[in-house]
Formats: sequence, C-alpha cells, structure tokens
Amino acid sequence: MKIIKSEELTVAIREMCMNANYHLPKDMKDAICTCRENEPFDIAKNILERIEENFNIADEDEVPICQDTGLALVFLEIGQDVHIEGDLRSAVDEGVRQGYTDGFLRKSCVKDPFDRVNTKDNTPAVLYTDIVPGDELKITVAPKGFGSENMSQIKMLKPSDGLEGVKQFILKVVEEAGPNPCPPIVVGVGVGGTFDKAALLAKKALLRPVDQRSDNPFYADLEAEMLEKINALGIGPQGFGGKTTALAVNIESMPTHIAGLPCAVNINCHATRHVTKVL
Amino acid sequence: MAKRITTPLTAEKTKDLKAGDDVLISGVIYTGRDAAHKRLVELVNEGKQLPVDLKDAIIYYVGPAPAKPGQAIGSAGPTTSYRMDAYAPTLLDLGLKGMIGKGKRSDEVIDAMKRNDAVYFGAIGGAGALLSKCIKKAEIVCYEDLGAEAIRRLEVEDLPVVVVIDKDGNNLYEQGRKTYLAMENK
Repeated sequence: MKIIKSEELTVAIREMCMNANYHLPKDMKDAICTCRENEPFDIAKNILERIEENFNIADEDEVPICQDTGLALVFLEIGQDVHIEGDLRSAVDEGVRQGYTDGFLRKSCVKDPFDRVNTKDNTPAVLYTDIVPGDELKITVAPKGFGSENMSQIKMLKPSDGLEGVKQFILKVVEEAGPNPCPPIVVGVGVGGTFDKAALLAKKALLRPVDQRSDNPFYADLEAEMLEKINALGIGPQGFGGKTTALAVNIESMPTHIAGLPCAVNINCHATRHVTKVL
Repeated sequence: MAKRITTPLTAEKTKDLKAGDDVLISGVIYTGRDAAHKRLVELVNEGKQLPVDLKDAIIYYVGPAPAKPGQAIGSAGPTTSYRMDAYAPTLLDLGLKGMIGKGKRSDEVIDAMKRNDAVYFGAIGGAGALLSKCIKKAEIVCYEDLGAEAIRRLEVEDLPVVVVIDKDGNNLYEQGRKTYLAMENK
C-alpha cells in the first residue's frame, strides 16, 4: 500500500491550475497551426493567426489564455492500493483556492445557482473520482469555460434512431451553438450508459488529446466522419465563416439499456486546457 | 484596412460601420456582463439614475482575470453576448451605441440596435491575453462586490474588433458563412 499525504495533492493541484490556464497543450497548438495552414478562407486564417498569437503570449507571460479560467474540474484516478492521509476533498479545494488566488486566475464560481454569490476563490472544485487498479494517484485538472459548456446538450435517443440519429444530434448541437462557443471547438461525445453517464463520457472525451483517435476502429471512423461533416457546415473560426469549425470530435461509449441510446455532446472551445500528473 | 474610431461612439460614427469591417477602438469603454446588466436594468425599472452615462457609450461584455503585478488588467476577452439579450434593448434605448462581445443576438436586440443606430462588435473569443494588451487602464466604477463582474472603466488603444451586426441589421455571421460556402461550392 502506498501512502500519499493530502498536502501533496494540494501542492500539485495549485501548480496544475496555473499551468493548465497559462499553457495550451501541444496537441491543441499543433491542431490549430495545421488548420490555419489548411484554411482557404482569409478571415478565418487571420483569426487562427490571432489565436496562435494569443496562446504564445499566454505561454510567455504566464497569463491565462482566456479570462474564463473556468470552473476547476479535477479528475482523480485513485489506485486501490493508495491510502490518502488527511481530508481528500479539503486538500483538492485548497489546491484550487491557492492556484486561482496565487496565479491571478479569475474566480468564476457562485455558491448557489439562485443567490449567485461568488465564492471568491473558485472553490469548490468539481471533483470526479475513479477507483482503478494499482498504487498510483493520477490527477487531471481541466478548467472548464462556460461559453462552450452552455452550448452542450444531451438527448435520450431511441434505439431505432440508431447511428443516424446520433450523427444528426451531434450536427444539430454544433449548428445551434454556431459562433457562441468560440470555434474552432473540440466536440466531446458520450453515447450509451445512463442519462448522467453519457454526459460524463462526453466530458471525459474532452480530456483525450485531439490528435488521438478512438481505439475502437468503428468509433475512430465515426470521429473522422463527424469532423468532416462539422467542418462542412461553414461556421468557421468565431463563426465568421470558414473551414475550421472543429479541431476534433472525440467519442466515448459504454454499455446501455435495451430501451436506450443516450447521447451527450459536450463542447470545448479552442482553449481546451488540461494537465495531468501522477503521484 | 481597419477603420479607427475614438469614443464616444456617436450616430455619426456608427453610420459608416458595416458588417464585416475591421475596427480599432480607442478611448473609454465600460465593462459589464450578466450580474451588472441585471442591476442596471433594475435601476432603470425603479426610475433611478445609472452609475454610468450610457449616451454614445460602448459596453464590453467581459469579466477580466485579475491583473498580475505590472499589468493594467488580466486577460480580457469577450463573453457570450446572448446572456445580455434580455437587458440590452433597455440600455440601447438609453443611448448605448456599441456592444462588444461574441456570438449571436436576439431579434429584439437587433431591432433595438436599428432603432438607435447602434452597432454590435465581435472581439476574438478566447484571445484574452492578446486583447488585454490594448487595455491601458482599468478602474472599477461600481459593483465591486461582483468581482470580475464589476463595472469597470477601461481606457483602450486600438482594441481590435469586427462589426458583426451593423445599425441596419446586416449580420456577419450570416454573410461570412454564406460567402465561404459559396466559395467552397464553386
């Protein structure tokens, strides 16, 4: 059994909140750069250049790529042979509190959906935990901006809607979102499971690098097909027209009920941020 | 070639701005987003005076990140505008001439823009680090308790925006996409 002190989590998460918000992952940078090179529409090309300029400034000056530094999503994969000493929940929140305060990140969390009083330190984190084999603790911090989150949708499709129904739903969500979620976007799709699990799968799909297709050849093909269809819509960067509407479509699936075909589409913007660390 | 405009944004100036124009804004603009809009419209409904003079003013829909030492302001890109649609017509009728944000607007907002010769600008969403460089000074005017959502007075220099919807209701989101698809399908 491995013992990890909860303070170690705090230290790691503090640092990760800052790094995730300052430094866009390499797979995202490369995808934006490639799309800019292949973009035939002038306005679109120009916007992609500005987006590259922006993430370079953020890198260099260590400032947030986007002012919406998000709700702090923290994913923990806890090895079943790990024992965490101390209060896990408090340790995670303390890491977020320190990271968002010391890192000059925006505090975007309100305590209650109706009273809407800001918690002033971006806590509580949105915490996801999975128990996995092994003796490691894998932490992923993924700040989630709400311009794109607000454009996400879920639908309980019928089995008879089938693959075509899922395809149409994905396109409908992207079409309705239009310029709002700051295209070029990353599209996370979850199919199967239950109402909540489909949404969770869609969220987790956004953690997968954009240059990595599904291990399952069926879903890998579907990802490629949907990316092509989305980019044929012509929405373009910022919605001003162009080829580059999405950088990737990532799909995750799981078993579901004989009566169901849940499908969730979670959208991320071109500032798709996440960092991972193993303790 | 970008058009340069300096605030205040008078009707004389908005009449030359067409959907699709690149514009560089200099002068004083105000920030305001969800919570601040709600408060402003509540004041209007109660017949009270507003903390900012909206005549020929521009509101930038932004909740900036905190400034690091040495910065005037932290990252400051636009937030999605439709959330302000419920409030914008009231403010436009009080003389507001420009809004900077990103994303679609409602028919009610566009009607109010036409009625008041106002313009809707788009700044690049997600380019907060880049855009913050054009903001030379920022001070809180009111609603400090709202944190990032407080109303701030910004002094900007050559803030790059695009006219998304002009005072006649022409819309770049429709036009741009149509132009691109026509080019692709030629």
